[in-house]
Amino acid sequence: MILKIIGKIANKLKNSFLDLVPIILVVSFFQIVVLQQPFPNLFEIVVGLVFVVIGLMLFIEGLEIGLFPIGENLSQALVKKGSLFWLLSFSFLIGFSTTIAEPALIAVAKEAARVAVDYNLINPDIESSYAFGLRLSVAISVGLAILIGIWRIIKGWPIYYLVIGGYIMVIVMTLFAPEEIIGIAYDAGGVTTSTITVPLVAALGVGLASVIEGRSPLTDGFGLIAFASLLPMIFVMGYGMIIF
Amino acid sequence: MIRELGITLLHTIRDVAPIVILIAVFQIFIIKRSIPNLKSVVLGVVLVILGLAFFLMGLEQALFPVGELMAKQLSDPVFISESYSGALTDWQAYYWVYIFAALIGFATTIAEPSLYAVAIKANEVSGGTISTLYLRVVVAIGVAIALVVGTYRIVVGDSLATYIMVGYVVVVIQTLFVKKDLVALAYDSGGVTTSTVTVPIVAALGLGLASVVPGRNPAIDGF
Repeated sequence: MILKIIGKIANKLKNSFLDLVPIILVVSFFQIVVLQQPFPNLFEIVVGLVFVVIGLMLFIEGLEIGLFPIGENLSQALVKKGSLFWLLSFSFLIGFSTTIAEPALIAVAKEAARVAVDYNLINPDIESSYAFGLRLSVAISVGLAILIGIWRIIKGWPIYYLVIGGYIMVIVMTLFAPEEIIGIAYDAGGVTTSTITVPLVAALGVGLASVIEGRSPLTDGFGLIAFASLLPMIFVMGYGMIIF
Repeated sequence: MIRELGITLLHTIRDVAPIVILIAVFQIFIIKRSIPNLKSVVLGVVLVILGLAFFLMGLEQALFPVGELMAKQLSDPVFISESYSGALTDWQAYYWVYIFAALIGFATTIAEPSLYAVAIKANEVSGGTISTLYLRVVVAIGVAIALVVGTYRIVVGDSLATYIMVGYVVVVIQTLFVKKDLVALAYDSGGVTTSTVTVPIVAALGLGLASVVPGRNPAIDGF
C-alpha cells in the first residue's frame, strides 16, 4: 500500500520533471555553448528547480481534486437552483474579485501612473487615484467578460461573433484612444488571467455547458478566458479617453 | 530559505483568499448545500496553494535570475559584435536573440500551469481526442513563433498596433475555416500563455533589446 503510494508520487514527480526538461536544455545550451560562461550559483539553481518540480506536481494534483470539482459543482448547483440572477452575479464577482487583488495588475497600474506623472499627462496629486481607476476598470471589465461569457453559454451563441466583435472594438478604440494609454491597455489584457482564476473559470464554463441541454462542453464550455483578456483592452482605452 | 518560502506562501494565500471567501459565501448563503466530497476538495485547494508557493519560489530562485541574465547577455552589444560583423542596426545582427526567444518561449509554455489546466479540461471533455501533450506543444510552437516576430519587431521598430491587427485578421480568417468545435479552445489558449513563467523572462529580453538597438525607446518599444 505504502509502496504503491510512493510509486504513484514518484511517477507524478517524473512527469513534472519532464515538463521542465525543455527549459533546462535551452538554458544550459545557451549558457554553455553560446555564451560560454559558467552558471552563477549552481547550487541555488538546482534547489530552485527541485522546488519548481514539487510545486508543479502539487498544483496539478490539487487542480484535479480541488479546483475543478469546485468550479463544476458551483455552476451546476446554481443552474439547478434555477436562478439566473445568482449565476450571473457569481460570474461577475469571481472575475472582479480575483482581478482587483491581482498583484501583477497592481504593479502594472502603479508603474503606468508613475510614467503618466513623469510625462505630465496627469496631475501628481491624482497619481494614486489614477492607478486605482486603472485597476477598477480592468476588474470591472473582467467581471463583465465572465458574465457575458456565461450568458453566451446559456444562450448558445457562437463564440466567434463575440470575439471578432471584440477585435473590431479594439481596433476602433485604438484609432481614437490617446496614444499614451494604448500600450498599457494591450498589456492589461495579459495580466488578468492568473493561475488560480484560469482553472476555476474553465471548470465553471465546462461544468455549465455540460448541464445545459444542447450545449457541448467542448464547443461552448471554453471561451471565458478569451473574453477576460479582450474586454480589459477596450475598457482601459475607454478609461484613457475619459481621463486624458 | 524557509523564511522566503513562508513569505511566498503568505502571498499565495492572500491572492487566493478573495476566491475562497466568494465561493464559501455562495455555497453557504445561496446554494445552501455543502460541497460534495468537502474533505478532498479542501485538500485539493491546500495542495494548489502549496504547489503554487513552491513553484513561484523555485522560479524566483532558479529560473528568473538566469533567464534575465541570459537575456541581458544576449542583447549585450559586445556579444553581438562578436557574433556578427555588420552594424548594430541590421536586424540580422540579433540572430541569437531570435533563436533564444523561440526556444525559451516554447520551453516555458510547456511548463505553464494554467495552460496545463486548460489542456486537462480539453482532454476530459473531448473524450481523449485532444491530447494534453499535443495541445501544449501546439500552443508552445505558437508562442515561439510569436516571440520571434515580437523581437524582430523591436529590432526594426515597427508599430505594435499594425502587428496586432494583422494577427487579428489571421485569427478571423482561420475562424471561418476551422472546425467549430475548436474555436473556443483556440481563443482560450491565447489567454493562458502569458502568465507566471513566460512573462518575466520575455519582458527582460524585450527591455534589454530595446535599450541596445540604436534609436529604440525602452518605454515605447520594449513591451
